[in-house]
Amino acid sequence: MGPPFDSLTFADVTRSFGRRRALHRVSFTCHAGEIVALLGPNGAGKSTLLSVAATLMTPTSGEVRYGQHTAAGGGAALRARIGLLAHDLYLYPELSAAENLTFFARLQGVRDPARAVDEALVRAGLSDRRNDAVAGFSRGMRQRLATERALLHGPQLVLLDEPFTGLDDSSTSALKSRLQTLRAAGRIVLLTTHDLEAIEGVIDRAVVLSAGRLLILPEGTAGLRERYRRASAV
Amino acid sequence: MRFLHTVLLVLEKDLRIEVRSMEIFYTTVFFAVACVLVFSFGFVREGEPIEGAAAGILWIAIAFSGTLALGRTFERERHGDTLRALMMAPVDRPALYVAKLLGVLVLLAAVEAVVVPLIALMFQAPLFAEPLMLGGLLFAGTVGFAAVGTLFAAMLVRARSRDVLLPVLLYPITVPVIIAGVRGTAALLQGEPDVGMARAWLSMLVFFDVVFITLALWTFEPLMTD
Repeated sequence: MGPPFDSLTFADVTRSFGRRRALHRVSFTCHAGEIVALLGPNGAGKSTLLSVAATLMTPTSGEVRYGQHTAAGGGAALRARIGLLAHDLYLYPELSAAENLTFFARLQGVRDPARAVDEALVRAGLSDRRNDAVAGFSRGMRQRLATERALLHGPQLVLLDEPFTGLDDSSTSALKSRLQTLRAAGRIVLLTTHDLEAIEGVIDRAVVLSAGRLLILPEGTAGLRERYRRASAV
Repeated sequence: MRFLHTVLLVLEKDLRIEVRSMEIFYTTVFFAVACVLVFSFGFVREGEPIEGAAAGILWIAIAFSGTLALGRTFERERHGDTLRALMMAPVDRPALYVAKLLGVLVLLAAVEAVVVPLIALMFQAPLFAEPLMLGGLLFAGTVGFAAVGTLFAAMLVRARSRDVLLPVLLYPITVPVIIAGVRGTAALLQGEPDVGMARAWLSMLVFFDVVFITLALWTFEPLMTD
C-alpha cells in the first residue's frame, strides 16, 4: 500500500485552461473521518477540483497535499489510496458487472479479487445481474456499480462526483449508509452534488465553489439549501 | 512482474471485448481487403500487375487499416472515460501503453494474415518465396507504425477532431517505416529476391522500432497526465 495520510489539503490551488481560470486560489483541508460536500452551480470548477485531487490533473499553481505527501512524490503508491467516482462512470459497457469489477480489482492489486467482487456486487444489489453486460443496465444500476468500482480497493481518499445521480430512494439510502460507514472507518470523503436534501445530515461540512473561487458557507441552524442560497447570493 | 501483470491484464480485457464484438477486426479487415481490391483494378492490366505495385499496396493497406484500428481501439476507452480509470490505477503507466500497443499488433497481425495471401493472389506476387524475411519485415514495420500510432491515438483520445488529426500526425512521422517496409518487401518480390537488401531494410526497421518505442515509453506518462 502507498503512503498513509490523514488529511487532504488544497493550498492556493489554481487551474487554468488557456485563458479560462477554472479554479482560483482554492484552499481548504479535509480530515480523516470527515465527509465534505463540494457545492456550486454547473461549471463552478467542482469536477476540476476532484480531478486535481485524484492526481489526474496538475494545478497551474498551488499544490495538493495528501498528509505530508504531494501527488508528484506519491506516484502509483498514492493513487492506490484514492478512489474516484467521476461523472463518466469508468465502466466498460461490453463487459459484465462481474468482469468490470474483477478487471479493476486486479488492476488495483486487491488481494482477493473474487471475494471483493462478490461483496461489491451484493452491496450494489447486482448479484443476480453479475453476468449481464453493463450496456443493458439502467443509469442507476451503472451508478451503483461504478460506486463499488471506486471503493473496491478500500481507498483512504474517496472522491465522489454526483454520486446520487440516477439513484432511486432505496439506493440513495444505501449510499448514505455507505458514506457513514466510510466516515466511521476514518476515510476522507469529498463529494459533489446538487441534491442538497440527500446529503443533509450526512455530511460534516460543505464548501461552495462559484466561478472557481471558494465561498464561505454561513454557519447556523438553517437548512443546507438555505445556507447555500445565502452563500451563492453574496 | 507487476509491469507484465498490468500489460497482460489490460491486453486480456481488450481482446475479450474485441472477441465479443469483433467490431474492429471486421472493419479493419474489410477496409484492407477493399483497399487491395480497388488497387488491383487499377494496377493489374490483362492479368499482368505493374511491376513493384504489390509491395506498395501491401503497406498502404496495413497503414490505412492500422489507422482505423488505432482510432477505434481508443474510441472504446473514450466511452465512459475509462482511460482515466486506467491512468488512476496504481500501476506503471507505460504498461498501459505496451498493452494497447500489443492489442493493436494482434489486430494488425490478423489483418495481415488475410491481406498478404490476397495480394499474392491478385498481383501474382511471390510473397512466400522468403517467408521468414517477409515475416520479419511485416513484424518490424507493423511494430514501428503501431508504436507511434498508439502514442498519438492515446494523446488524441479527448481531442474533438481526433479522427482527422491522427493520420495528419501519424503519417509524416511513420513515413520512414513505411518506406523501409515497401523497399524491403519490393526487394523480396523482384525476379531474383535480394535477401541482402531486404535484410538491410529490416535492420533499419528494427532501428526505428527501438527509437519509437523508447520515445513512446518515455513520453507516455507526461503526455497523458493533463
